[in-house]
Amino acid sequence: MGVMTIDGRKVSFTNERNVLTIIRKAGIDIPTLCYNPELSIVGDCRLCTCEDDRGRMFATCSEEPRDGMVIFTNTARLRKYRKMIVELLLAAHHRDCTTCVRNGECSLQKLAKRFSVMEVGYDNYKEMHPLDMSSPSIVRDPNKCTLCGNCVRVCSELQGVGALDFAYRGAEAMVIPAFNKTLAETDCVNCGQCRVHCPTGAISIHHNRTEVWDVLYDPNVRVVAQVAPAVRVAIGKEFGFPNGESVMGKIVNALHRMGFDEVYDTTFSADLTIMEESAEFLDRISKGEKLPLLTSCCPAWVKFVKDQYPEFLDNVSTCRSPQGMMSAVVKEYYRDPANNPDGRKTVMVSIMPCTAKKMEAKRPNSFTEGEQDTDYVLTTVELIDMIQTTGIDFANLDPESADVPFGFGSGGGVIFGVTGGVTEAVIRRLMPGHDKLTLQNIAECGVRQDGFIREFSVPYNGMDVKICVASGLAHARTILEQVKSGEKEYHLIEIMACRKGCIMGGGQPYTFGEDSKEARTAGIYRADSETVIKKCDENPMITALYDGLLKGKEHKLLHNEGY
Amino acid sequence: MLDQSYYRKVDEIIESYGKKSSSLIPIMQDIQEEYRYLPGELLTYVAGQIGITEAKAYSVATFYENFSFEAKGKYVIKVCDGTACHVRKSMPVLEALYKKLGLSKKKKTTDDMMFTVETVSCLGACGLAPTMMVNEDVHPRMTPEKAEEVIEKLRGGGDA
Repeated sequence: MGVMTIDGRKVSFTNERNVLTIIRKAGIDIPTLCYNPELSIVGDCRLCTCEDDRGRMFATCSEEPRDGMVIFTNTARLRKYRKMIVELLLAAHHRDCTTCVRNGECSLQKLAKRFSVMEVGYDNYKEMHPLDMSSPSIVRDPNKCTLCGNCVRVCSELQGVGALDFAYRGAEAMVIPAFNKTLAETDCVNCGQCRVHCPTGAISIHHNRTEVWDVLYDPNVRVVAQVAPAVRVAIGKEFGFPNGESVMGKIVNALHRMGFDEVYDTTFSADLTIMEESAEFLDRISKGEKLPLLTSCCPAWVKFVKDQYPEFLDNVSTCRSPQGMMSAVVKEYYRDPANNPDGRKTVMVSIMPCTAKKMEAKRPNSFTEGEQDTDYVLTTVELIDMIQTTGIDFANLDPESADVPFGFGSGGGVIFGVTGGVTEAVIRRLMPGHDKLTLQNIAECGVRQDGFIREFSVPYNGMDVKICVASGLAHARTILEQVKSGEKEYHLIEIMACRKGCIMGGGQPYTFGEDSKEARTAGIYRADSETVIKKCDENPMITALYDGLLKGKEHKLLHNEGY
Repeated sequence: MLDQSYYRKVDEIIESYGKKSSSLIPIMQDIQEEYRYLPGELLTYVAGQIGITEAKAYSVATFYENFSFEAKGKYVIKVCDGTACHVRKSMPVLEALYKKLGLSKKKKTTDDMMFTVETVSCLGACGLAPTMMVNEDVHPRMTPEKAEEVIEKLRGGGDA
């Protein structure tokens, strides 16, 4: 609590974490590369340095606010130093900007512009290192690393994985996995949060755009798309829509124009997931075995369990993820000559907010009859790139509906995009009735409460179903440890690897932060409210599928044999 | 693959310092003391035992010049290149050793595993500059010629 003077204006503060936060609240965008409100403070980049009335200079990110401080944020000295820092960073940076994956979206590039760096007067003495392309999800380019350490802290502090860390020292320092292994050899869960928090092109998405363009131009291939719930609320901002607004109709139109033969909605297979997972849950409850049931939709979480808590693998639901179910069902549908009269090959492209889905698509259990179910996974970011390549005027497209027979999902399928969504959809399925009051009671049962770990219970058939919903793998670790020690007991645990769920996935556009979390969450819930059907079992396309194509094939198409 | 005896030895070392992250450096020092280097497999094992990530352990191990993932020679020669030694011409001493033993900045150990030559930032014996150490023995006021003599003596099996 107190008042400080920033550039001659009085600014009051309460319990802000650091001086930097107060300066930003006062309307001055202090530059940083290494500060993030969700991560620990390191004061690495020194860009946020300011000066006080006695000429003392300090990094504002690591300075505790004190009453009566007098701070200057834009003195001649500071501007000179900041520019110098940027120049030095640029000197040690592989500056192939025009062909860089982050071209136009790079924080370092923006700083260079902001501080009018017109030339870099130093040579780059850094040794060039090869790119790490081993992961299906992420590409690591050490030559573009600024050593801010965001990825290191995200991986260990938010995700509890710690696949990357600093190595060596001084001018030789690098961020690499232990023993300079490739990412694929580590416990990396492919969540892509390092990429979201990387200021440059040092960590980027392993793109599959080229492969998808190739099939789109091939007349002998039927290219089918599925679009995940979280994509529709994250893409609009890039085309001038308010943050979080759902633009599913425009995405469908754009995909049709790009040459996709069919566009399906992953909310449909999310409904399938709920049908199967609820049944599995009730079965385990009645038998009293393999509890708590752990959700299986998030591939990063499943890999986390496999790598770090193999003793819980039997608890993981055998249900395929919505991506997996959709692809398996679609491929099966076109195997029937009646649905494929011209005998074209079907290629399944799934559009996801997630980098880990690229890994899931290649998992040995993502194959049916020896064929890979999902051929390519594009992240939201890649889809934006591809739409921009075509020159389609996205903002003015007429909305189109997705195609039959797999293009419609219930509201329960839509909310898969946020943490708690899977659980809420399961509760909707289990509860009789679909009136407004029932739905409101479900929404208010605790599943939508604030916080990254949500514990609550729901009455069902005379028992108290104990549920835990969490996002962020570091929190998942906390929960599993508590379950292991017997301190906590649950029937159902839903985990999403990314904080707040898929809306903040590793394949989403860079606009991270509280604004996007709130806006995208609101967008998902709005899309749910606008849906006529809220429960998976009331989706007529789902019931038709169970009576038709799925008969006797539920296990083959919708479940995994193991992980 | 390392023999099981390595892991038993490491278990003993870990036991003596306690399974906590702050034990990492003393544990690594003891392992290196025991085997004259820090086998990577053992570092991974230690990380798991004391509850830190492999990447973090690697980070600490590579930060300090002292830790080596490669087996060192019977005689570890440390040429001081601190400021005092440097101005009193420690580099010619180092060059002479490199030349005599066929080593370089990249190749630090001779193929017969007899000698390892490395530089250190300060041995704390600036009054004796330029200083060099062979294992635990200090060699003061070195010259390229004296350094070559030391090697000859060691090769002859003598105690330099």
